[in-house]
Amino acid sequence: MKIPYFPGCTMKTTAKNFEMSAIASAKKIGIEFVEIPRWNCCGVVSSLTSDDLMKHLAPVRNFLRVQEMNKAEAVSENRLLTLCSMCYNTLSLTNNRMKENADELQKINDFMHREDENYAGSVDVVHFLSILDEWGFDKLKIENPLKNLKVASYYGCMLLRPKEVGIDDPEAPQIMEKLVTAMGAESVEWDAKSRCCGSYHTVKNIDLVKKLVSGIINDARENGAEAIITSCPLCAFNLDVRQKEMAVKNSDFQTMPIFYFTQLLGIALGLEKSDLGLEFNAINPNEILKKYEKIKGAK
Amino acid sequence: MEKKMVTVYLSGELFKVPEGSTIIMALEYAGFQLKRGVGCREGYCGACATVYREKGDYKLKGGLGCQTVVTEGMAITQIPFVPAEKPLYELETLTPDVGTFTNLFPSVFRCVACNTCTKACPQDIQVMDYIQSIIRGDLESAANISFDCIRCGLCAMRCPAEIVQYDNGILARRLYGKYLAKKSPELDNRVEEVKNGKYDADIEKLNKMDRDELSKVYYDREIKIT
Repeated sequence: MKIPYFPGCTMKTTAKNFEMSAIASAKKIGIEFVEIPRWNCCGVVSSLTSDDLMKHLAPVRNFLRVQEMNKAEAVSENRLLTLCSMCYNTLSLTNNRMKENADELQKINDFMHREDENYAGSVDVVHFLSILDEWGFDKLKIENPLKNLKVASYYGCMLLRPKEVGIDDPEAPQIMEKLVTAMGAESVEWDAKSRCCGSYHTVKNIDLVKKLVSGIINDARENGAEAIITSCPLCAFNLDVRQKEMAVKNSDFQTMPIFYFTQLLGIALGLEKSDLGLEFNAINPNEILKKYEKIKGAK
Repeated sequence: MEKKMVTVYLSGELFKVPEGSTIIMALEYAGFQLKRGVGCREGYCGACATVYREKGDYKLKGGLGCQTVVTEGMAITQIPFVPAEKPLYELETLTPDVGTFTNLFPSVFRCVACNTCTKACPQDIQVMDYIQSIIRGDLESAANISFDCIRCGLCAMRCPAEIVQYDNGILARRLYGKYLAKKSPELDNRVEEVKNGKYDADIEKLNKMDRDELSKVYYDREIKIT
């Protein structure tokens, strides 16, 4: 499978470990990510104003790139794959809106008059987790099962809500849990899996974010988890970086490693440690990973 | 033979100017004395940013007055200066990453990818693409894409997000040049040669030439790229 891939800005800055582990895992499975040329920022937060179409141009431009790639037969998929939950959400919401409102799509195409070809509304946006599910979690060739590792799957908001674009049941999601089980690890059930991490309050209201992050980590721990996985760079930043700050301030604070799901997947698939970007994780994950010394290239 | 004339509208006023004139030539033919909005007249300096619309077209286009030839019915106005915000910085204190732009040019993150900047650029630069490169921290790409920018300011004048693209571009190039680009030993060698006076005699010779001689050696020069 050769699938058009939309990285989004964080994959190139704060979430390099997500991107490198995802691309390497996908390659091992047999999925090639083809980064779309000249992609632009998705717009970050999907605009809820009903009459400001300008905010939806950014996603549509990226869909046009996918349309062009298909025309050039550079890919085997008319779907746009994302890793970042926020990009997934923003791109999906605009795409749905364009598919459902022919007049709005026309207006956007008119805006790009003499610039690009028209967007036909035929591209679908898909998250890597859904692709893995479709591929079949049970078909993954697990070379290094994460035996006894207790993992809490953290969804946050953007993968699940609103439900029209959610990749799973927004109330009781199971897709990441299925992946955890497939990797040979133990999936933990917990309350906070779709609780908000504080999102962009992390810029101005750090104390609020720390409070929310404490709640999420405590809930994971109370339910027996040793690690948390996520697919959102902003959730990861809040859970990982803000947690580390709390640990630095308070030496009694017991830390919990935060992983992108692709980092654990990479370990389970038997990838080299250098493919996983673990050195970019704020809370040192090496202690917990010691048990899985089969990680190639681990010191 | 009588020179064919075309009708143009300069800041809304009708004039007949010779066919084939550039916008700057048309302005001067019409009697305007240009103090601003004109510079090198060679397409390098970016001082003569002009907005125009051609007859029968709805699009407002950007161009350099010295490089754009008038057409019948063209409506023209010049933008000699863009009163955009311009932060000052010490390059030595900056780091070549996206955080520098967050601090100095937070407006860059307002980009909605409308591409209006690209359409306004007289240099045919993919302006939006370099703004997007900056947003994702790829300063090498931003420096390369924006390389031909002459800071005419038309992108910023048209931008609905009020981004000052050209100032972002030059900062990307400065950061790339100072911190990221591969260092060239040839440059150090050449600076050393200059310091040691290797070219003093040549400079002396050039200084004594009159305009015609200087022009001849300039256009006859050979550039060797090895």
